[in-house]
Amino acid sequence: MDYVKLINCMRCGMCLPACPTYKETFLETASPRGRVALIRKLQEGELDQSERLLEFLSLCLDCQACASACPCGVNAGELVAEFTCEKKSADGLGFMEDLILRKLVPHPDRLETSMVPMRLYQNSGLQKLVRTLGVLKMFPKPLERMEGLLPSLPSRSLRQEISEVTPAVGTERGTVGFFLGCVMSLIFSDASRATIKLLSVLGYKVITPRNQVCCGAPNMLGGDLEGLKEAARTNIDIFGGYMVDFIVTDCGGCGAELKKYGHHIEEEAASEFSTKVRDISQVLALHIEELQAKLKPLHQKVTYHDPCHIAHCQGIRKEPRDLLKLVPGLEYKELDTADACCGSAGTYNIAKPEMSDKILHRKLDTVRASGAEILVTSNPGCLLQLKKGLADQLPHVKLMHLTEILAQSMEN
Amino acid sequence: MNPSFTQELASIVGQQYILTDRESLAVYGYDSTPEIESLPGAVLLPGSTDEVVRIMKLCHEAGVTVTPRGSGTNLSGGSLSAGGVVVQTSRLNRLLEIDEENLTATVEPGLITSTLHREVESRGLFYPPDPGSMNISTMGGNVAENSGGLRGLKYGVTADYVMGLETVLADGDMLRTGGKVVKDVAGYSLNPLLVSSEGTLGFFTGITVKLIPKPQGKITMLAHFPVLQDAALAVSAIIAAKVIPATLEFLDKVTIKCVEDYAHVGLPLDVDAVLLIEVDGHPVVIAEEAAAVAEICKKHRSSFFQTAQTAAEALKLTEARRTALSALARLKPTTILEDATVPRSCIAAMLKVIQDSAQKYNVVIGTFGHAGDGNLHPTCLTDERDHDEIKRAHAAFEEIFDAAIAMGGTITGEHGVGLAKKKYLPKLVGETGIRVMRGIKQAFDPKGILNPGKIF
Ligand SMILES: Cc1cc2nc3c(=O)[nH]c(=O)nc-3n(C[C@H](O)[C@H](O)[C@H](O)COP(=O)(O)OP(=O)(O)OC[C@H]3O[C@@H](n4cnc5c(N)ncnc54)[C@H](O)[C@@H]3O)c2cc1C
Ligand code: SF4
Ligand code: SF4
Repeated sequence: MDYVKLINCMRCGMCLPACPTYKETFLETASPRGRVALIRKLQEGELDQSERLLEFLSLCLDCQACASACPCGVNAGELVAEFTCEKKSADGLGFMEDLILRKLVPHPDRLETSMVPMRLYQNSGLQKLVRTLGVLKMFPKPLERMEGLLPSLPSRSLRQEISEVTPAVGTERGTVGFFLGCVMSLIFSDASRATIKLLSVLGYKVITPRNQVCCGAPNMLGGDLEGLKEAARTNIDIFGGYMVDFIVTDCGGCGAELKKYGHHIEEEAASEFSTKVRDISQVLALHIEELQAKLKPLHQKVTYHDPCHIAHCQGIRKEPRDLLKLVPGLEYKELDTADACCGSAGTYNIAKPEMSDKILHRKLDTVRASGAEILVTSNPGCLLQLKKGLADQLPHVKLMHLTEILAQSMEN
Repeated sequence: MNPSFTQELASIVGQQYILTDRESLAVYGYDSTPEIESLPGAVLLPGSTDEVVRIMKLCHEAGVTVTPRGSGTNLSGGSLSAGGVVVQTSRLNRLLEIDEENLTATVEPGLITSTLHREVESRGLFYPPDPGSMNISTMGGNVAENSGGLRGLKYGVTADYVMGLETVLADGDMLRTGGKVVKDVAGYSLNPLLVSSEGTLGFFTGITVKLIPKPQGKITMLAHFPVLQDAALAVSAIIAAKVIPATLEFLDKVTIKCVEDYAHVGLPLDVDAVLLIEVDGHPVVIAEEAAAVAEICKKHRSSFFQTAQTAAEALKLTEARRTALSALARLKPTTILEDATVPRSCIAAMLKVIQDSAQKYNVVIGTFGHAGDGNLHPTCLTDERDHDEIKRAHAAFEEIFDAAIAMGGTITGEHGVGLAKKKYLPKLVGETGIRVMRGIKQAFDPKGILNPGKIF
């Protein structure tokens, strides 16, 4: 890791109030400033790579709220992620990691098949039984949490269902490639269907290459930089085969990762790919007037949660709000600290359940205070986490992806 | 630190709230002060005043030193401890009372400054001190450093608002000074002595501050100056014209560029300096004042004068200004900033000294600050690994200090002496000053266990 990046932190503390784990603990070790200092002192040899040090670092959500708050250009979250990735790759992938990251994630077909038992489990009524009997209490904690987080799965993944080419409605204004996130495709396929619909209604021909693979974010998380690069190369090749104006995604996490391909791979094709990547809200916001003409009233109160991967990693805050404010009759309420993490953060909610719950509850409190009936967000991780949270605490609040609510207003 | 002693400390705060592991101690070895680090022996996070009293008693008996710590954002090394106990106030963060009849607020020391702002402003009241760090600095830290802020010119600094203090002394005894009365001449005035004591005289556990009605309106303006000296002359002219803006902040070219790189608020990149000016009060009065300010700036060759059209736009500008110090650190790894303060009329002369010293010692200095208060923050952008440059930076600052003192100014206007300015203090206050201060310290803390080694 680049030492200068570490000593660039001037320790002003401006990032502390933005950090979810600092807000919960008030501990310097759980703050961005502290995390940068821990890695720095490790590099300087003042500290060793102790269990405790790794534990402190692992409490970081990589939400990058600290990066948005740092006037000095330090990104503590990314530094921790980079450190973890380097360490894991030096240690070598474990058996499970190898299985998941190398043998499962890069192969959408296998990934989808692996979900079959889960779908079966839900549809057969077994899930109900398990839940009522609390059988999972006998299994390790992480499994129990995983089960609790999983919403009911659609019968087939979107990737298998959607046609590779969705023609534009009316005059064609351009062509976009649609990057279908794994979790979006597997679990939130309705939202991605809405995304494709909006794009085609606005006059885009939408190409959804069936052979595209996972964006590689899980590899980065698991310390598998090579795996990430492999995924990136595959996707660059696949999308490079089409003439597209944009590569659009409705998954915040994928968007953030795809935009970094150019950074990971120093080749022209990679940076060309990355410069074409857009979050769906960015494309929709180009057509405000046309959308406005098409949207019909929805008489409800709505609020928006900024996914970290969209607000902090991609700097997109205005577009989703502008779009929601377009819907006639929809009363928009700004959420207090809307861009604070919901505690989902990849697999954090499974690895660090206690902290994740605290952060989630803070988020739910703000949703409650907003008085909103619909909570909108646009990242599958947030959708999973918030779905569970709302079900437990605010069952009357409906959760929707940004494109779902826009598509609904179009249909009304 | 002796394990049986830390065990006793743990029995006061609870095992969860004492940190003695190497990793934790390492990250409590710094605050926002460049170049200084020092490892404490233990860190405590007490949850009540009673726990603070017991910690003090125990440490006093054992002769172990205690250093209070808020959020560790001070710029003089004041919250660092060499082997002693650091007591962090973060859990003592309640807003105890807003008394609308007496116009006071009573808070615990760990309350974040901007949280107090939000709460009182929602009731139409106002607590003016607003240091650049207000979103993370604590009220205890503000009182201990007598922090200033962007609104100092019209409203003064923290000391002007502290009415009452509840202070745990070194031996654990509780001292109550002042209160909600607006007049009080019973005995020595101890409040002003405790304010800016930098944690060396006592540990604040309760703070009562004065509130004022929230100004009805404000106008935020930005004046561009192609020539640095013109901006400085405009500052003196505004004050001489008997207009007292709430805010009169100065940013030079280097600072403007760094702030704009981070905040993207549309600051001009082609001028030598800008002034951020805010007038507040009755709408009719501020309209007149704003017009007068615009006129003066124009007279001093301001090339462009812009008035924020919305509250959001105004907030963006002032928030951007608050990031100046950290934003300057974008350019180089190490930023050494100073806090020399001169009588307002000397601002232009002071800027000249800063420019000349930077040139003479061949260092890059970005300057910003509370121009209206005569309080500039020349900030040297350097690299701690370049020892020669660091040496030159310090030499430049030594010259700047000497000039400030010669102009009737001071070595620090708001950041405190702590460890960083210790060696310059005798130059300013002389032997007599130091002797009196030592006497005061002796009266409060004869064993010398409270934040030792700071100030003198
Ligand atoms: C980016 C940035 C901008 C800043 N802008 C300004 C500014 O505009 N104006 C300004 O004046 N300062 C400014 N500062 C300096 C700093 O923020 C202030 O000094 C602030 O008051 C420190 O608060 P803290 O809670 O971080 O205190 P700390 O740094 O933790 O402690 C400061 C001192 O107070 C003592 N202390 C803390 N709590 C107590 C207590 N309960 N009882 C007794 N002693 C106590 C400590 O021992 C220490 O000596 C800035 C700093 C930064 C990093
Ligand atoms: S990460 Fe940035 S904001 Fe946080 S302490 Fe370091 S320089 Fe300041
Ligand atoms: S990434 Fe998030 S959790 Fe990690 S240090 Fe930054 S703000 Fe804190």
